Amino acid sequence: MIANYGYKDGSGDYFIAIDTDRCDGCRRCVEACPFNVFEVVDEDPNDPFREGPIVIVVTDKRKKIKYECGPCKPPTNRPPLPCVEACPQGAISHSW
Amino acid sequence: MPEEDKREYWRWTESNWRNPDIEWEDAKIVTVGIDVGSVSSQAVVMTDGQVYAYSNMRTGSDSPESGRNALNFGLESTDMPESRIDYCIGTGYGRVNVPMADRSITEIACHARGAHFIYGPEVRTVLDVGGQDCKAIRCDEKGKVVNFLMNDKCAAGTGRGMEVFADLLSVPITDVGERSFQIKEEPEPVSSTCVVYAKTEATGLLRKGWEVSEVLAAYCSAMAERIFSLIDRIGIEKEFAITGGLAKNRGVVDRLMKEIGLEPMKTDWDTQIAGAVGAALFGYALVQKGKGRKK
Amino acid sequence: MIIAGIDCGAKNTKTVILKDGNIVGKGMILTGFDQVSAIKGSLDAALKDAGIDARDVDKISGTGAGTEEIKDADLRVNEIRAMAKAANYLFPSARTVTDVGAEMGRAAKIDEKGKVVDFAINEKCAAGAGAFIEAMARALEVRLEDMGPMAIQSDKSIPMNAQCTIFAESEVVGLIHAKTSKVDISKAIHDAMASRIVSMIRRIGVNEDIVMIGAVGLNPGFVDSLRTQLEIDKVHIPADPAFGAALGAAVVLKEEV
Repeated sequence: MIANYGYKDGSGDYFIAIDTDRCDGCRRCVEACPFNVFEVVDEDPNDPFREGPIVIVVTDKRKKIKYECGPCKPPTNRPPLPCVEACPQGAISHSW
Repeated sequence: MPEEDKREYWRWTESNWRNPDIEWEDAKIVTVGIDVGSVSSQAVVMTDGQVYAYSNMRTGSDSPESGRNALNFGLESTDMPESRIDYCIGTGYGRVNVPMADRSITEIACHARGAHFIYGPEVRTVLDVGGQDCKAIRCDEKGKVVNFLMNDKCAAGTGRGMEVFADLLSVPITDVGERSFQIKEEPEPVSSTCVVYAKTEATGLLRKGWEVSEVLAAYCSAMAERIFSLIDRIGIEKEFAITGGLAKNRGVVDRLMKEIGLEPMKTDWDTQIAGAVGAALFGYALVQKGKGRKK
Repeated sequence: MIIAGIDCGAKNTKTVILKDGNIVGKGMILTGFDQVSAIKGSLDAALKDAGIDARDVDKISGTGAGTEEIKDADLRVNEIRAMAKAANYLFPSARTVTDVGAEMGRAAKIDEKGKVVDFAINEKCAAGAGAFIEAMARALEVRLEDMGPMAIQSDKSIPMNAQCTIFAESEVVGLIHAKTSKVDISKAIHDAMASRIVSMIRRIGVNEDIVMIGAVGLNPGFVDSLRTQLEIDKVHIPADPAFGAALGAAVVLKEEV
């Protein structure tokens, strides 16, 4: 499943997409993110029959993801995102 | 009328229902799904995976009591005691506040499952627009989620956004659809997505002489466009179904379907119960796998 | 040389009159639904303040949401550029400037000449602009000008869950029902709003000196929350920060002539 966490408001679309088929709960993204946007939970809240740990975007950060991720996204000379780089399976992508 | 007529333009009718063809005493497994949304709450009682009874009511300001109230209201038209329930699942925004639930599951999973039941196994794309959120879900032939996104940050494109406009224009929310088509031709959609700015824009339009129905049409159009761009992000595969309160708003739905270019699936069920139906079905599956009640 | 800089904003239209590079007059009129009328009214008010006749104005520069309606403008200035020049004019040591108005927030990284090096904008969402505080003031039933002074009396930091103005209104009502003091709620509101602006500023980098223009700079509650979250001792705010963009527009024109 592709889980898109984030929102759309007047200023744009801000979603972090997690491919749950690729995630094995290794926690590298959790450690790479400077702002604690991710956490790994034991059960997939969106799939009661999936077994094994899964990464999700922390609930408190979901509705302000544009602001939480802001410092990693300067308007010019944007470096690769630490969370995207950290995932060995390429399970994470950002829509902005 | 002698009293001051204080209209509450956002009110819709609460309801409960019992299936006359089912006797709960004959059921092997009884499960309940309770969906506590920010605006409305539903409880669905299922016997062996069939809908036996349900309720649909306003959540009110007290979320912890809403689950209890919804369940009571649902059981009210039956003579089934609560003790007969084999498993109860809570879902929705207030799902952590359903004390009688054995487990909680997100509204994403429950809506997909519920839409699969309500509309049939051909459904592949589900749009749910509730009181304070908007969800787009892609599912497979079993009703399992394949892709989803949800916006619950921004009021635009949610029931609340519509309520604000209904209030601004003094149009009862249940009349919005019909009134929005009482126009000579489709106006340009309101240009601001943000409800706060759209309100200012609408006020300006009224001052310029626009009819209420024209402003309503412009806003419904803008909402339809916005919802379309949200679901377009995960792609639309037929068959397409709409759940949640906004499914009842022709003003937005008709304009949205025109953009999508599909006919939405039809159902005789109340679209607002989809989440609770899915929750009750998950409960049914879990009991069949051997899960029992917590207490 | 007499130059008028006009900023036709979402809420107010501001005009600054520069005479040989010095500010000699200011005028502000509610924009309302008639931008053309507000532009004229604002210019007239500024001229009256300066004691200058309309015929003596050499050039007019325009900026803001209603720039297109400033029919007599000799130059239309991009709002980011206006913001940068204003900061440089007022505080030559400025390297970061932010402009928070009624319906938008902006931040820019600037050099010693007031040239824009990088910028970020927050628009089309009321939660990131002055409109947020206005709406919350209504929900709290407090006058807008009292919101800031109330906030700085609080020593709590209650996080707000809602990130949307519409949903925040309901959350504020909920806080009132839960008997949270209006002072603490006001602080929570300013903290929430400031965090959005701070995030935007962090995107372009926090380099001192930091300057703030725009009407929200008059709000001590907002400024206090901003300063705390930026972890900076001083944010430079001119007197009459609302006139920042209008001033900037005038300065840009002056430098081009």
